[in-house]
Amino acid sequence: MSELIRVENLHKIYHMGDVEVPALRGIDLAITRGEFVAVMGSSGSGKSTFMNILGCLDRPTQGKYLLEGDEVGSLSADEWAYIRNKRIGFVFQGFNLLSRTTALENVELPMMYNGFHGKERHQRAVEALNLVGLGQRLDHTPNRLSGGQQQRVAIARALVNRPSLILADEPTGNLDSTTSGEIMALFQKLNLEQGITIILVTHEADIAAHAHRQILFKDGLVISDKAKEQAPETIKCNG
Amino acid sequence: MQWLMILRIALRALARNKLRAFLTMLGIIIGVGAVIAMVAIGEGAKSTIRAQIASLGTNVLVVLPGSNSQGGVRLGLGNVNTLVDADARAMVRELPSVSFASPVLRRPEQLVAGNLNWGTLAQGVAPEFQQIRDWQLADGRFLHEGDMESAAKVAVIGETVARQLFGNDNPIDAVIRIRNIPFRVVGVLSPKGQTGQGTDQDDTVMIPYTTMQKRLMRITWLQSIVVKAVNAERVQEAQEQITLLLRQRHRIGQDREDDFNVRNLSDIAEAAQTTARVMAVLLGSVASISLLVGGIGIMNIMLVSVTERTREIGIRMAVGARSRDIMLQFLVEAVVMAATGGLIGIFLGIGSSEVLKEWAQWPTLISPTIVAIAFLFSGAVGVFFGFYPAKKAANLDPIEALRYE
Repeated sequence: MSELIRVENLHKIYHMGDVEVPALRGIDLAITRGEFVAVMGSSGSGKSTFMNILGCLDRPTQGKYLLEGDEVGSLSADEWAYIRNKRIGFVFQGFNLLSRTTALENVELPMMYNGFHGKERHQRAVEALNLVGLGQRLDHTPNRLSGGQQQRVAIARALVNRPSLILADEPTGNLDSTTSGEIMALFQKLNLEQGITIILVTHEADIAAHAHRQILFKDGLVISDKAKEQAPETIKCNG
Repeated sequence: MQWLMILRIALRALARNKLRAFLTMLGIIIGVGAVIAMVAIGEGAKSTIRAQIASLGTNVLVVLPGSNSQGGVRLGLGNVNTLVDADARAMVRELPSVSFASPVLRRPEQLVAGNLNWGTLAQGVAPEFQQIRDWQLADGRFLHEGDMESAAKVAVIGETVARQLFGNDNPIDAVIRIRNIPFRVVGVLSPKGQTGQGTDQDDTVMIPYTTMQKRLMRITWLQSIVVKAVNAERVQEAQEQITLLLRQRHRIGQDREDDFNVRNLSDIAEAAQTTARVMAVLLGSVASISLLVGGIGIMNIMLVSVTERTREIGIRMAVGARSRDIMLQFLVEAVVMAATGGLIGIFLGIGSSEVLKEWAQWPTLISPTIVAIAFLFSGAVGVFFGFYPAKKAANLDPIEALRYE
């Protein structure tokens, strides 16, 4: 079991005028490749800041962040862009698809920034959309898709560059419970079949229950970190 | 990111807001159109002036009799009678910088042919006059050396005179009378049009200068000598040599003023050219200002566009776009808008200058250089005014951009 993520003594302080607001106050965590982790906590607990740092969108004030053994917390913006492109997939609460752009083109978007050529780009985007069950809706624009379908497109987009990590920020926050279940099932499938590490932010306990490990944030600290009792999938996956 | 893809993204973004893109481009369209039309008008005027000057003959100098001062009383120009035809011949013979020289005498005369009459300018000239003025013949022949020696009563008439006296009839070998002296018409000049001052150059009759001296004016001296230098570079040299030669021939002592005056037509030409150039620059710069205003319009819309598309920028950054990619995307959008506007403006400018030429009879002239410059300049306007909005987009924080509503 190789380690995918290691953070050591992670601090983040925001400056609001003269006032220093600590968002993270020393996080130590390790996440193994193939894990399915739920990050929980009330708003202001620091979980979003933590996710931004994991996603190479924000810089820690202090501490180390190692992704697949490489220190990435102190890289340049361009190197971060490369990591976001190649090694991390993002899924957001609000889907964040380009409007008036077809599902296919939305999924092709990450590949526009790493030199894939037309034909290969198209092929891989179709594959990703098939994987999330939207192979029949390639030409639909987001406004002609349901919320669940839009989130599937977003997941396909996150998958298309074959990242080792997917960061999902409340991916079911805008969906009804049935659709939420479907999306969570999709995440589980990806985790199980593709071995993709998934870190999911949620504040709903039943969503978090789909994960194998639940980490609870409060006031910039991890106050609980527990694995689910029986996690047969994880064992199978890593075995 | 490949250029083709960036271009496609830009075109699609513009296509989403067609009306807005068009209105933004309108500034550039009008700017470029105005630059091209204005410069075409300026260039047209310049080339008209150039043609008029060329019709006077190129590299031409005029020698006029000078003023004569006697006891402190300075008389006006042309009041001396020291300039003679031997001077003209001496210039050609002795000065290597002079290729032709012709005496000229001028006087308004009334012409009579049959039952018609017409007042015109009679000019007594030598055969060289034709070469000096680069004047072609429509019919017949020009005056020749034999006419000079015999002071022949022959005439070459301008196009206007031919029309007034003979209408559609052939004037060759017809007889016209000047002061009751019959002249045989031997040639008709091809039309040269008006001078810069608006005088009709074709309203003239040319006779041998000897005939003019002996039979019409009864004088032995000349009113002027026109001289052609061998080329444009040697006009100045010719002017100096003529001055020296004439001082010598007229036996003018060191401390005395010239009794003649050498004038350089290319000086006049240059002055006229400068006026036209100033006009072209003036028109061009007024038009450039509208191009600048168009550029500001692009900047304005690009700033709005960056704000509107903050979330899109955030998404692109999240999936791996570098600042450079975002910057390029918006810059290309601005440049595409400016360059398309420029292209449409070029057609508009060419079109409107053609309309002016066709309907208002303005002598417009499209300069390919200006078309190229206008196009490049509109592209540069796009880069210049697109840079700040693009930079702003590229510097967005992806977290903020993703959260932007």
